[in-house]
Amino acid sequence: MIRQPGTSGLIFNEPTVWDKSRDGRCALSLPRADVDRVPLNPALTGDAPNLPQLSELDVVRHYTRLSQWNFGVDSGMYPLGSCTMKYNPKTNEIQASRQGFAGAHPLAGEAFSQGALRLMYELEQFLAEITGFAGVTLQPAAGAHGELAGMLIIHAYHAKQGRQRSKIIIPDTAHGTNPAAATLCGYKSVNLKSGPKGILEPEAVAAVMDEDTAGIMITNPNTLGLFEEHIREICAIVHGKGGLVYGDGANMNAIMGVVKPGHSGIDVLHLNLHKTFSTPHGGGGPGSGPVAVTKDLIAFLPIPRVEKQLDTFRFVTDCPDTIGRMHTFYGHFGVMIKAYAYILSMGPQGLLDASRLAVLNANYIKECLKDTLNLPYDRPCMHECVFNDARQKNYHITTKDITKRLLDYGFHPPTVYFPLVVEGAFMVEPTETESKEDIDQFINAVKAIVKEAESTPEKLTQAPTLPKVTRLDEVTAARKPCLRG
Amino acid sequence: MRYLPHTQKDIKEMLAVTGRTSLDDQFDTIPDAVKSKTALNLPDPLSEWDLNDHMEKLASDNIACQGYTCFIGAGSYDHYIPAIIPYLISRSEFATAYTPYQPEVSQGTLQGIYEFQTMVTDLLGMDIATASHYDCGTALAECALIALRKNKKADKIAVSDLVHPSHRQIIDTYIKPAGFSMVTIGHTKEGLTDISALEAMEGIAGVAVQSPNFFGHIEDLAAFKKVAESKKILFITSFTEALAWGLLKSPGSFGADLVAGEGQSLGIPKTFGGPGLGLLAGSTKLMRDLPGRLVGRTKDSNGKDGYVLTLSTREQHIRREKASSNICSNNGLNAMTAAMYLSTVGKIGIREIAQLNHDKAVYLQSVLTSAGFEPIFAQPFFNEFVMKAPKHFKEKRIELINRYCLFAGLDLEPFYPQLTDHYLFCATEKVSREQMDQLAKEVAQ
Repeated sequence: MIRQPGTSGLIFNEPTVWDKSRDGRCALSLPRADVDRVPLNPALTGDAPNLPQLSELDVVRHYTRLSQWNFGVDSGMYPLGSCTMKYNPKTNEIQASRQGFAGAHPLAGEAFSQGALRLMYELEQFLAEITGFAGVTLQPAAGAHGELAGMLIIHAYHAKQGRQRSKIIIPDTAHGTNPAAATLCGYKSVNLKSGPKGILEPEAVAAVMDEDTAGIMITNPNTLGLFEEHIREICAIVHGKGGLVYGDGANMNAIMGVVKPGHSGIDVLHLNLHKTFSTPHGGGGPGSGPVAVTKDLIAFLPIPRVEKQLDTFRFVTDCPDTIGRMHTFYGHFGVMIKAYAYILSMGPQGLLDASRLAVLNANYIKECLKDTLNLPYDRPCMHECVFNDARQKNYHITTKDITKRLLDYGFHPPTVYFPLVVEGAFMVEPTETESKEDIDQFINAVKAIVKEAESTPEKLTQAPTLPKVTRLDEVTAARKPCLRG
Repeated sequence: MRYLPHTQKDIKEMLAVTGRTSLDDQFDTIPDAVKSKTALNLPDPLSEWDLNDHMEKLASDNIACQGYTCFIGAGSYDHYIPAIIPYLISRSEFATAYTPYQPEVSQGTLQGIYEFQTMVTDLLGMDIATASHYDCGTALAECALIALRKNKKADKIAVSDLVHPSHRQIIDTYIKPAGFSMVTIGHTKEGLTDISALEAMEGIAGVAVQSPNFFGHIEDLAAFKKVAESKKILFITSFTEALAWGLLKSPGSFGADLVAGEGQSLGIPKTFGGPGLGLLAGSTKLMRDLPGRLVGRTKDSNGKDGYVLTLSTREQHIRREKASSNICSNNGLNAMTAAMYLSTVGKIGIREIAQLNHDKAVYLQSVLTSAGFEPIFAQPFFNEFVMKAPKHFKEKRIELINRYCLFAGLDLEPFYPQLTDHYLFCATEKVSREQMDQLAKEVAQ
């Protein structure tokens, strides 16, 4: 029996910051007052906000204990499907914290910000090369923000053609952010079913594509982890009716150096730097969602754009067809630094190897677990594979029970109940940075849990027992919301 | 490559299990026509040593060096970051986690964000704060969309022209495609939003006013609330300098329906403008209209307190095309940073820092006035103010940057073409009296 990473241990309780607060404490080294105090008009002055009052060690211990209740990639394997939870290199953090970057004021002026502008310009070039597109904007602040930028570009393109369209085709495997982004542009979503092989069929696209449809949003590889084999034909059908193809690049980690989406007929693509390009997800963000476009769509990119003239870099805002501005300044520059450092550290062969090994790890898991869990689409996968709980239903065990038990074994669970086309989905994306030993441990854990499902199902239904808290009452949380202390 | 753990032996064994002959062979479901024929044309990989050299070279091509003096704010502020903040926020259990979909192993993020939400509601005097947004501009655009959705008879949003110019552009980008438009409220010669212009407007779903406004002036939010109420429209207010609420009356105390703000001042480095921290707060009646994540308190199966993401039926992964927004990732780690900062400064510290910002700004305005600048507005301000510069200041300003790495204010002409020779100055707790005296002396020469 391979030893599992999960074990019991001492966990500290920690109250909320208010329960720790004592009047009169302050953890701040107050700066010297070297100018006269000038009270503001009392009519404008409020009471100071009722913030907690703590000593410095109180603050340090509070957040140290909180951090210990969290599971991150640095704690263990985090095979969250479609989220690409790969290792976040520490050198990238060091690069981003350099004073010349971290201290840079966004309005210092181009002449005094050449290093930042050069980094942005070069990162745009790198991403254009990796994706096979002509132009890139780094401005969107996250993947969904990139999707919105991409859809705004498609919307602006049709407006420029002189006739706006009303619909957009969205496959049933799409992330929820796709239809939500389309709605923001006033497009009505037309749901498209994938075929029996788990991929889109050109005939199905042709049946719904018409001249009132702005285009299609395709995730490739899709969220079943399958490559959309008919991508070329589908793009031709959409283009034939004057539409554009939006590519959701959330799953780009499978195909770096293998496929350039810009060469497959896609017109607009967003990337997630916090997935494919190794920047940490931060427990929710900040991410970064660059958008790449074909030559014909460059004019619509958000402003400001970064341009190079001889050896100097400058911002350009004079772009009459632009969709406008998406971010107060230039996007998440701090995240861009980390992605840039990652690409430079990996090099072209390193990125290709990352995709090959991500695909190897996913297919290895698929093969090793397909006799244990049901595999609705038994086909060669890309960087992730999707199982479900069909075989465990006989024991009244659900995907949720399996994943909660995985927590006790010391693994972060996969993505569950997504994509929606697979009932009870259990979507595993190991990424390339997990070693064979760690993956074998995960496989053994799943096999052990599935055995427990037959022999001692209560171990699953009562799981988890080892984390700080057990299953939480989400129904009451939503019914009687308590959103502040 | 040190990030890739596979040995040749591992690869061989794993390929045997997957039934493949080579790593390339794994991609045979991809049609040849779309496969790349050539290797990626990217620079050769750098060792960590070479990367350090390359990155330091780029960083030093920015002038944000040690010892640089920043009298520019305008949405990005040069505040002191206590040593414990970067130390604590780099704990990788926070940094390398995803959105807390599995609450049992995400209680650190969840309690931290719950405390963040609470501190933001205290800071702003509001009922509810979300788990964060991208930045103030995008949060403000979401507020505009909420107003337009709530008030279906109107298709316009009124926005003060003293709302940050970038934020107005973002609103325009967000609302235009859905067929909505923005009407701009001008400002008076006193440098305040022209409330009488708002009173005359019809067919608007909401009004957005920034305070302190882009000129640094404190707006009469109570008066705007009154007009909004009489017109039955949503009152939205925004801000770019979160520390102002250590001193000023909160937006909630004036009855704001929605507040969008920038939280970069709360312990987050400027980093060339991002990532910052979008703050978004609302009144209870708008709870189900708010975009993005919310953390709520609940109990576990043993009756112990715990936290979860909640009210997700508003969100894209459940409601898809009917969601209140398409936001998924937010700026969570920066929200955690802000919570750490607010816990560090506390009730006493935030008032002290806020007062000190104000004191320094008043001092800077007085020495600049003595040096020949003209204070054209007589409005109360927090830590930013506008001045008309003496002749030749434009050249002097560049000289000060080149000689002393001193950035003397922001030229307002690109933002407000009528304001030639007008500059927006900012003084934070970080600038010393000596630096301000030096600036005044240089300008007076």
